[in-house]
Amino acid sequence: MLTAEDKKVIQQIWTKVKSHEEEFGAEALERMFISQPQTKTYFPHFDLSHGSDQIRAHGKKVAAALTTAVNSIDNLSQALSELSNLHAYNLRVDPPRFAFQFLAQSLQVVLAVHLGKDYTPEVHAAFDKFLSGVAAVLSEKYR
Amino acid sequence: RLLIVYPWTQRFFSSFGNLSSPTAIVGNPKVRAHGKKVLTSFGDAIKNLDNIKATYSKLSELHCDKLHVDPENFRLLGDILIIVLAAHLKDFGPACQATWQKLVGVVAHALAYKYH
Repeated sequence: MLTAEDKKVIQQIWTKVKSHEEEFGAEALERMFISQPQTKTYFPHFDLSHGSDQIRAHGKKVAAALTTAVNSIDNLSQALSELSNLHAYNLRVDPPRFAFQFLAQSLQVVLAVHLGKDYTPEVHAAFDKFLSGVAAVLSEKYR
Repeated sequence: RLLIVYPWTQRFFSSFGNLSSPTAIVGNPKVRAHGKKVLTSFGDAIKNLDNIKATYSKLSELHCDKLHVDPENFRLLGDILIIVLAAHLKDFGPACQATWQKLVGVVAHALAYKYH
């Protein structure tokens, strides 16, 4: 799982994201909706056009949740407990593995585009592990 | 990156020598050579976009019968390739990403097609 070095790297990189939370989250969502159109089925009530207010607002929510996760990296299960309930009992994004993995891929692409060569193999590995950890917690209560 | 981010994939490369750390992996000449082989093969897909299944027919049999690679790994590699592209190209917008996600999916499917 996450080594001390991983955690340090994640927190360092995340300080760069924090000031652009809304754009970061929105861009990741937009990329996910375009690459994986099946993910749009969970947002029939949204205007999914480029730059829509709803995508921006939702992107901000997603990024803020990830900020919470980064700040509570040693206790993801407790920090994300409410979100975990929400996904398990209300949203029921299905199947948990795949849907979160699509968002994780798009989140990483956004990081890579913005960080360029600073998105080194080590940073990449740390984030991949972190995002799987978040996905696992969000899927915890599904059954 | 595949070998670093998903270390269990090293199981297919026991003849590659030192894969003990990210530094070792990045500096390993066999890894570089193999990366070149894989990307060159990807290039073949791009030259034969209307006929990818046929292009990969023999490679698919090889990965199944000789290499014994779980096709899930093709998906992992495809996603990593996209992240590498994103990190190198300043210009990798959502539409571009979407197209490439489709391509890596098609390649992965073609590589798995001859499995039995």
